[in-house]
Amino acid sequence: MAEMDEIQEMFFDECGELLEGLANGLRQMDQPGYDKETVHAVFRAVHSIKGGAAAFGLNDLVTFAHRFETVLDLLRSDRLEADPALMSIMHRSSDCLADLVTAARQSSEPDHAKREALLTELDRIMADGGDDDAIEFTPMVIDIGALDGEDPLPGLAGEAGFNIHFIPDGDLYRSGNEPAALFLALAKLGEAEIRVDSDFVPPLSDWSEDQPQLRWTIILHTNCAADEIAEIFEFVEDCCELHVTPLTAEPDGPPKPDEISDSSPGDIPETAQINPPEPAQTDSARPSRPAASGGDSGATIRVSLARVDRLMNMIGELVIKEAMLAQVIQTAGMSEDPDVLAGLDAIGQLAGDIQESVMAIRAQPLKLVFQRMHRIVREAADATGKQVNLVTVGEETEVDKTMIERLIDPLTHMIRNSVDHGLEDGETRQARGKPAEGRITLSAAHRSGRVQIEVSDDGGGINRPKVREIAEERGLVASGASLNPAEIDQLLFMPGFSSKTEVSALSGRGVGLDVVRREIMDLGGRVMIHSEIGQGTTFSIALPLTLAVLEGMLIQLCGETMVLPINAVQETMRANPSMLHGVGQDGRLLSNRGDLIPIIDLAGEFGLRDCPATIEGGVLIVIEADNQKRSALLVDGIIDQRQVVIKSLEENYGHVPGVSAATILGDGKIALIIDPEEVVRTSSGDHDRAVPAAAAQG
Amino acid sequence: MLQSMSHNTVGKSDVVAFKLAEQDFCIDIGLVREIRGWSPTTTLPHAPDYVKGVINLRGSVVTVVDLSARLGFGATTPSQRHVVIIAMHEERVVGLLADLVSDIVTVNDGNIQPVPDIALTHAREFITGMITFDDGQILRKIDLSQVLPIAREETA
Repeated sequence: MAEMDEIQEMFFDECGELLEGLANGLRQMDQPGYDKETVHAVFRAVHSIKGGAAAFGLNDLVTFAHRFETVLDLLRSDRLEADPALMSIMHRSSDCLADLVTAARQSSEPDHAKREALLTELDRIMADGGDDDAIEFTPMVIDIGALDGEDPLPGLAGEAGFNIHFIPDGDLYRSGNEPAALFLALAKLGEAEIRVDSDFVPPLSDWSEDQPQLRWTIILHTNCAADEIAEIFEFVEDCCELHVTPLTAEPDGPPKPDEISDSSPGDIPETAQINPPEPAQTDSARPSRPAASGGDSGATIRVSLARVDRLMNMIGELVIKEAMLAQVIQTAGMSEDPDVLAGLDAIGQLAGDIQESVMAIRAQPLKLVFQRMHRIVREAADATGKQVNLVTVGEETEVDKTMIERLIDPLTHMIRNSVDHGLEDGETRQARGKPAEGRITLSAAHRSGRVQIEVSDDGGGINRPKVREIAEERGLVASGASLNPAEIDQLLFMPGFSSKTEVSALSGRGVGLDVVRREIMDLGGRVMIHSEIGQGTTFSIALPLTLAVLEGMLIQLCGETMVLPINAVQETMRANPSMLHGVGQDGRLLSNRGDLIPIIDLAGEFGLRDCPATIEGGVLIVIEADNQKRSALLVDGIIDQRQVVIKSLEENYGHVPGVSAATILGDGKIALIIDPEEVVRTSSGDHDRAVPAAAAQG
Repeated sequence: MLQSMSHNTVGKSDVVAFKLAEQDFCIDIGLVREIRGWSPTTTLPHAPDYVKGVINLRGSVVTVVDLSARLGFGATTPSQRHVVIIAMHEERVVGLLADLVSDIVTVNDGNIQPVPDIALTHAREFITGMITFDDGQILRKIDLSQVLPIAREETA
């Protein structure tokens, strides 16, 4: 049973890839003059999902995929035209198929109403596209290359029955197919005489288990059509040689050059040839298997993340050992030897290269996230009644896999937000001289060691007086406070701010942009906002390349070395007594360019020191926390700034208040990575933050 | 692998014996991954006093528990001669700081006795059984799940 689950899990994984290819292909078909190959690829994707689903008895999925596939086939055979109306249905069908796959995976109930509505639409199209029920069978005719005109089908009627030559190759067995099962299926179509041909089986001494040499000849007396036979073999067609000839025809004779029959193939036996692409056929117009199965995806293997992480750990260890070796060599007085030096250098460089390569294994293109956004836009546009076009740029930009997964939610939210709040409705747009169709651009690029993702719309821009009004209403800012435009824009990120007066079905769900901001901060990134009245709004997200590595500032604290994420640091300074002010007994403030910033004694906060340190000897690091409030952390000194590898503390210990993770320093010792947000939240000197000090209970 | 080894013989099990404040303790050998010398730890803020800190074990962060402090013998001042027993407990790796590892002993199940009702001592709740030997030696078997710091819920 567990094994079955595993196989099913694999199928669902594959479905994910296929659905992606499907959505991708459909988008290409939106453009006029698309490649015919694309239609084939799209068809193949749906077909494969149908096939797999049938194997697992997922009937909802099979029925829908079948109907979808039939319409796609009409498209493929040019009996339908890919006009925008049809493409819209195709896109929605693709979404629905994805939903059905998800539902099947989670064993939950899919949205039946939606599916039924689409099925009706698909049926209508089928009725328009083909005038006989023959279309149900057409896929297989095309599959076997008939439309390419190289194996034309003889249109002659003959004695009911077929002569089938079936020569499986090793792949058929390797993929777990069983000839006997195929024969049983054949026998259901009619009376079957099955003969095995063992002439090609070599003597035992030359026998190889990789090269099956058994062949079969089946004489099937039946009234069914050739495509029904082809359907039985459809899952093995790439790993066997199959010749199906009507009983009247010369069994192994050359296919007869005849015209493709337009009459219903339902009762006419046909000659068909299914065989794997052979060299002799390479010039045919038939799409080769790799191209059909998904476009540009290269050869890949599935590796569990745990293995990559282990590799990563070992490399970290290698780097540390290398540093130790260097130390030993220096102590031994050999560091002057050029050979030793060159050797050490080479090892160091190699270790760095390996580290980078492993990081690259974890990296995946943002395409995986971006592609999902098309659907989000489509649904958001439907819900709001706006016309929206999503343009994606730089989707090949690579980031860490974990990051990709955690980017989906914030980006979904931002895109919805842009459709809902950013873009005006069609009439307003036209009144302002813009095209009725709104445009959202989602772009990504590597910029100086970080990934920059931008969501921009060409809407009306942020209505700042309104934002301000709402913020004042909700008590987020004091009324009459002097705010510059950028500060007003930042109000959008305040918890509890939701600019729609009525709760809209789409993005006004109580979670606002503050959640987006928090999620991005958790990824070690920052969100910026830029808006021009009448021109639109741009949200930019700057992210580190990977979650495994963090750019940190190494600080000294009571003899311990700790790491502060650099993305939180605004500035550092030696405390000048003239800038310091006491408040009450131990409250202390730093006055920095007119701002009063509370000072947090980090050592006291972590319980490393009992009495408060004197500020004069230390260094102040000004950080910016969640809601744009600044705090100054008092530390003993700043050592360095460097990239550190993030190690989980929670895995083997648990959560430590004020600490987000740990890292390993060059000398092999562990240093804790400070979570500035949490330090600020839990610090006692900070009364005006309403967030409960959750960690203090731990 | 070690675990299956220890179950090979019915009624017998192997334990790693170690010393702590002049008393002999042991834990099941199946739980032990390795034994290494003491190396300085990184202090964890807000940690219980028996948590010495964390060390780097080939790239993973491992908590070191001062068994002596945990069992109420008082905090250890670790030196080069102290050992850290790396043990695995329910997917968590933990280091146990002990004075020295003395032996690996095969124990007959029949020799394991429940802890007698002695006066309330802190150590009792961490001991699952007493193992007696013919020569009068006694091993106290440690209950790893009681010794370890409780995994905290993630607060954020």
